[in-house]
Amino acid sequence: MAIVKNAVYMKEVELPFCPGCGHSQILPQLDKAMAKLNLDPRKTVLVTDIGCVGLSDQYFNVNAFHGLHGRSITYACGLKMANPELTVIVLMGDGGLGIGGTHFINAARRNIDITVIIFNNFNFGMTGGEHSVTTPFGGKTATTYLGNIEYPLDACSLVQAVNGGFAARTTIFDRNLADIIAEAIAFKGFSVVDVWEYCTAYYVPRNELNKDKMMKLLETYGFKTGIVHKVERKEFIESYREVYLNQPSKQTKQVSLETEFENNLTQKTGIIIAGAAGQKVKSSATVFGSSAILSGLYATQKDDYPITIMTGHSVSEIILDKKEINYTGIESPDYLIIIAPEGLAKVKRIIQNMNETSTIMIDDNLVSLLPETRAKIEIFPFRKTANTIDRFSITILSLATFLARTNLFPIEALKKAVMLTQKKAIAEVNLKAIDAGVRLVEEGTYVK
Amino acid sequence: MIEFLDGNEAIVKGAIDAGCKFFAGYPITPATPILLGMMQELPKVGGFAIQAEDEIASIGFCIGASMAGKKVMTATSGPGISLYSENIGLAIMGETPLVIVDVQRQGPATGSATKDGQGDIQFIRWSTSGGYPIIAISPTTVEECYTFTIYAFNLAEIFRTPVFLVSSKELSMTRQRIDWSKVEKPEIIDRKYLPENASEYKPYYFENIDDVPLFSPFGGKHIVRYTTSTHDEYGNLLTMPEKIQIMMEHLDKKISEEKIKKYFPHIVRFDKQDDAETLVISYGITARGAIEAVELARSQGLKVSHLIINLLWPVPESEIKKAIEGIKTIIFPEMNNGQYVLEIERIVDKSKVKIVRINQMDTRLINPRKILDEILKNNEG
Ligand code: SF4
Repeated sequence: MAIVKNAVYMKEVELPFCPGCGHSQILPQLDKAMAKLNLDPRKTVLVTDIGCVGLSDQYFNVNAFHGLHGRSITYACGLKMANPELTVIVLMGDGGLGIGGTHFINAARRNIDITVIIFNNFNFGMTGGEHSVTTPFGGKTATTYLGNIEYPLDACSLVQAVNGGFAARTTIFDRNLADIIAEAIAFKGFSVVDVWEYCTAYYVPRNELNKDKMMKLLETYGFKTGIVHKVERKEFIESYREVYLNQPSKQTKQVSLETEFENNLTQKTGIIIAGAAGQKVKSSATVFGSSAILSGLYATQKDDYPITIMTGHSVSEIILDKKEINYTGIESPDYLIIIAPEGLAKVKRIIQNMNETSTIMIDDNLVSLLPETRAKIEIFPFRKTANTIDRFSITILSLATFLARTNLFPIEALKKAVMLTQKKAIAEVNLKAIDAGVRLVEEGTYVK
Repeated sequence: MIEFLDGNEAIVKGAIDAGCKFFAGYPITPATPILLGMMQELPKVGGFAIQAEDEIASIGFCIGASMAGKKVMTATSGPGISLYSENIGLAIMGETPLVIVDVQRQGPATGSATKDGQGDIQFIRWSTSGGYPIIAISPTTVEECYTFTIYAFNLAEIFRTPVFLVSSKELSMTRQRIDWSKVEKPEIIDRKYLPENASEYKPYYFENIDDVPLFSPFGGKHIVRYTTSTHDEYGNLLTMPEKIQIMMEHLDKKISEEKIKKYFPHIVRFDKQDDAETLVISYGITARGAIEAVELARSQGLKVSHLIINLLWPVPESEIKKAIEGIKTIIFPEMNNGQYVLEIERIVDKSKVKIVRINQMDTRLINPRKILDEILKNNEG
């Protein structure tokens, strides 16, 4: 029955919908709107959702993207972000609006330039007339056979709530449907047209729905018609271009860690530094690893810290070797540096398992917390000394002490790594801390 | 250039060098640094990066952008793959080039969110309905995180399919010395386009059943149809059983070990020792401990071969069969409950070869000593 005549983009073939189905009335209006805007078929994409409406795209001579249920808006956004020249129109039902609600809200919130046309017939047609997010209260559907006990969603108000660009509501009885669709498509930003229509197979007969009743529903819920909401604000992709694509190019320092220094390493060596959040454990360990590489060594580093990064332990594991490091686990470190009680608590079991050949270097305030161990213990006033410079510098200071004690590679390498990888102000503090760390060894301010 | 980088940083570099122009992701440990890295790097090369509202939108954005002609990537961890699931099916059905990085962590659900595991290995193969194949490659070092990312893009482009780059927390978040002068940079391969002057475009046309259809982007010179449904060469819904069978066989046959080998020369790394009767098989971060275990065993005079599997899916069966010639014992360490070993058990004659599983799910890397112990135990007498 429903063959569209004089269509511009539509094929003159019979549409597949049930007799009286609103879809057959909306699509020719979409065709008219597209014709009014003179859209280039090659630059136009109809993205269709699942449901009877999902059959629509094949009747148009434009690009078509038929994806998963509820996700049509995501493909539309992807297409648009990849190629902003495209005119992207999503055709979905009230079912798609429900399952894809978050995509609808977020596309509106971003104000990305796509158009969504909701074929809103208050139930799922394709699967047998189940209720949807727009089924009126009391509405009879396959899954609300005694009447719907949920309230319907107002898609236009949703757009308004997130300050999206454009929202209109019409019914299939409105004569200006094509004009409103055209205005929505032409709008620069997110736009939606919520079109109320008939599912003659299910919702209409079950609820004796007619034009009067539909008008009454609009009134009951206070759902406005016509252009309900329109704001001019920057479109998402334009914002991205302005803020991100045009950002001033920063000169990022390209640093190569070429071998410059000698080293005295004799075997694969595992080092753990156990500190707390706020002590720059991770970044200092990276500087230390870089300095080992400057000394011709291979190094690995991994970090352990709680999800709540500004509190609790911060532990870094470093492995040094003269050759490629394959296995990066440390069951029992050769050296353990402890600078905070949080870190100590985290490595307690490791401490208990350390043997005579390994060494613990610990802050003098923490000694009383140490569990039983066979490791050698060296005590240093790390915290006290760091506090005279900057309390954040305790990690790099203790690593300098470690290096001065072990002489695995020169202190100069550590200083070089600081200068290569850190900003000037921070580097200056760290260089001071390194000197102070070395002095702790030179002055013999430690207890064995 | 010598740097101190982790796997996630190398993956970002690889993606940029491969020509990736679109990334969408959602924060999840331990894959978040890839999202952050792409947000930093893509604008510099005129690309688009976005944090989506959820994982479903992440992969949906990527599929849309890919079909508009961009090279695309997304990155997540196991729970995110769960949310990608349905769209992975769409990408298979619609023949969409797409790189998915899975930085694995331990356990189901939230599991040990910040700790390592290899429990997604079977999941990524069977992550969507229908059971059709994907490609999955698995780096073992930071260098390979870079190189294999480029290969992942090449394979996605050539085969028009989702390609998983399978990492894990320890690989992605452990820094390592990397000497760029020694790192392989594969040739970049793009998808095959229909010539712009071609008069007609059949988006899903193939001549031989294992051919990959030519691509034409949305917004290009031709009208394009993309569909989630079983379809004919025009992208229209198919209902004829004979034609449906052909289309499904096409999706199954277009991906094979033989074909992938041509574009990805590292499907396995076989360290063969003559006359060895013991073979260690490993992949991913676990391979690193296995390398040390094999070195230790050899230093004790034992004969052991080692097969590292870099192409996880499809299973490189012919390479595995070659490696097990003359082998009496296979030792297979995995940081899961014994997943890829199932493929080995499927391939070998279990009446002739003993298979020893080492399955560690305590979030720690498998110690080489543990693997060595099994090698020793199985070489007694
Ligand atoms: S089931 Fe309802 S929505 Fe679907 S074609 Fe029939 S009337 Fe239209």
